[in-house]
Amino acid sequence: MLKEEVHDKYLDHLLASGHTACPGCGQSLAARLVMRAAGRNVIVVNSTGCLEIFSSKYNESAWEVPWIHSLFENTAAVASGVEAALKATGKLDKVRVIAQGGDGSTFDIGFGAISGMLERGHDILYICYDNEAYMNTGIQRSGSTPYYARTTTSPPGKASLGNLRPKKDLPQIVAAHGIPYVAVASVGYPMDMDRKIRKALSIRGPKYVQIHVPCPLGWGTEPSKTMDYARLAVNTGLYPLYEIENGVTTVQRIPKRVPVEEYMKGQVRFRHLLEGAGRKQEIAEIQTIADRNIEVYDLIST
Amino acid sequence: MLKGRMIQGCRAIAETVTLCRPKVISAYPITPQTLIVEELATIVADGGLDTEFINVEGEHSAASLVLGACATGVRVFTATSSQGLLLMGEVVFNIAGMRLPVVMVNANRSVSAPLNIWTDQQDSMIMRDSGWLQFYAENNQEACDLILQAYRIAEDHRVMLPVMVCVDGFVLPHAFEVVDLPSQQEVDAFLPPYKPIYMLDTDNPLTMGAYAEPDKYMEARYMIQHAMEASIPIVEEVAAEFKRRFGRASGGLFDKYKVDDASTVVIAMGSMAGTIKDIVDELRAKGQKIGELRLITYRPLPKEALYETLKNAQNIVVIEKAISLGASAPIATELRSVFHGRPANPKISGFVIGLGGRDVTVDDLKVAIEKGQQKLTDAEFIGLREDLELEGINA
Repeated sequence: MLKEEVHDKYLDHLLASGHTACPGCGQSLAARLVMRAAGRNVIVVNSTGCLEIFSSKYNESAWEVPWIHSLFENTAAVASGVEAALKATGKLDKVRVIAQGGDGSTFDIGFGAISGMLERGHDILYICYDNEAYMNTGIQRSGSTPYYARTTTSPPGKASLGNLRPKKDLPQIVAAHGIPYVAVASVGYPMDMDRKIRKALSIRGPKYVQIHVPCPLGWGTEPSKTMDYARLAVNTGLYPLYEIENGVTTVQRIPKRVPVEEYMKGQVRFRHLLEGAGRKQEIAEIQTIADRNIEVYDLIST
Repeated sequence: MLKGRMIQGCRAIAETVTLCRPKVISAYPITPQTLIVEELATIVADGGLDTEFINVEGEHSAASLVLGACATGVRVFTATSSQGLLLMGEVVFNIAGMRLPVVMVNANRSVSAPLNIWTDQQDSMIMRDSGWLQFYAENNQEACDLILQAYRIAEDHRVMLPVMVCVDGFVLPHAFEVVDLPSQQEVDAFLPPYKPIYMLDTDNPLTMGAYAEPDKYMEARYMIQHAMEASIPIVEEVAAEFKRRFGRASGGLFDKYKVDDASTVVIAMGSMAGTIKDIVDELRAKGQKIGELRLITYRPLPKEALYETLKNAQNIVVIEKAISLGASAPIATELRSVFHGRPANPKISGFVIGLGGRDVTVDDLKVAIEKGQQKLTDAEFIGLREDLELEGINA
């Protein structure tokens, strides 16, 4: 596999410290772990977004691997070009290509390019760091924003209870392209995430890994509780972890059903549902989403 | 006798691109460019070019894909027209900002609405501020020669900027003309393999496309402007070398036709310049001191060379296939800025002709030339229909 994988003590610094991510940023932690799993023989193509901004301010790059940023929505296409050039020059055997972006660039504005990249079969690992809104521009609703969440463009008010549409099921849409590997991971479970990144990089062809990354600024959570919220999202069933390898789905089971209110508590984005008497019906609707995930993915061992 | 063979423009362009040995080509159909990538696909399918030929899902990705490949250190090619170029627009600026020597052919076509597939130069005119060099071809021989020169100039380490080779849609790529294509050996001697200054490389990791705060952004933009201006003598230098190697004058800043003693100079770009030369001959025969300057290099605008060449003219008649809506004919506006505040002060008139593929007739061109000698115009439309009510809708 990739050279220096185990013995390189500097792998933790391929995304080096000193960048300007917020305290408790789930994305920066996940990205560092992704790079540790990927090693040095990668070229990274990054969408515009928090990760790009906090890591690449000229002339203070945090990247110790070759890294390119072009625009918000074209990352999959730029990565396709990088891959094509590596193929044309006989380097693709030794070098892996990682394309990465947030949920805004992945679920929304860049999805056409991602679909094209997947359909054409490029040998690229696409990673979506999913923090469930446009955080870099200041917490606006994306296609990944969960039901009833508050964002600055889906504010609750007298006539609204926040984001009135459920989260887009992007991993299944990606899987419908028939690509060899799709995985959903969480920064709350770094060992599972590490395994999925390594597995993805061992497979040739297009791969997609979506990583749930809490955003203290956007969610209104304590920076010290990023890992806790990431785990609660998984253990409520709201963010099921699974892999689809050549069409076969394997799930990472959860020990027992945690009520969704446990996850929503302490998040400003859901506060309007919990204040006062609480919005029982809307909470029940969110619970229904979690219950359906638990049933569909058979998340609880029996 | 003409040297070369009778060949369709799109095929000649595709064969020229093949001679340049691009390692990655992105393709997306749009009329009237489509024939070019079709011909390239055929060449690749027949084993005539060792390249990654990639059919993308839209022009935004066509441009993005060659951006990524060029950043990885290989020579690239793509082509587009009209709406495709506009959809690319964001990436077009990005490629120049990242100093990537991408070469693209734009088969010039009008911009919607109304939807219209025929030729004018509005599409590439919109991209004049993007940081790409822009060359405009008169015929298919020149289109091919300009592609060869485009790679040389773009990849010159003193330049490192993308180049757009503009050909009038249908008029060039669909037309059969005699074109003399050089041999692979000749092209290899003229155009060595691309040597990037910077590239994505795991042995030498670097960050490309970093973001710049207000304390650095302006310097990056200044450096593009500086490289643009510095490329003017390089365009001339490459054209001179081309002439030496291939035995014909082609490319360069502009083409002069009977300009030196002319009191009236007509300025045009692209395929209509040939028709204007015939008119120049006709009017010269009647005793008029008239000539034509055909602009080949529109970006960078060769301001000093234009001033020196045109300073003895009394009337400059700019005939354009584009309009800056709400303002003026764009080239006329820029030429006025070349002369402003200087000793020579010719009358510079702008005319708009042939939009959306409207025939550019000898009669219409003569009308523009005559009017331009008589009065000052900003953007007078020539050849408008007189049987339609044109001003009532907002009146």
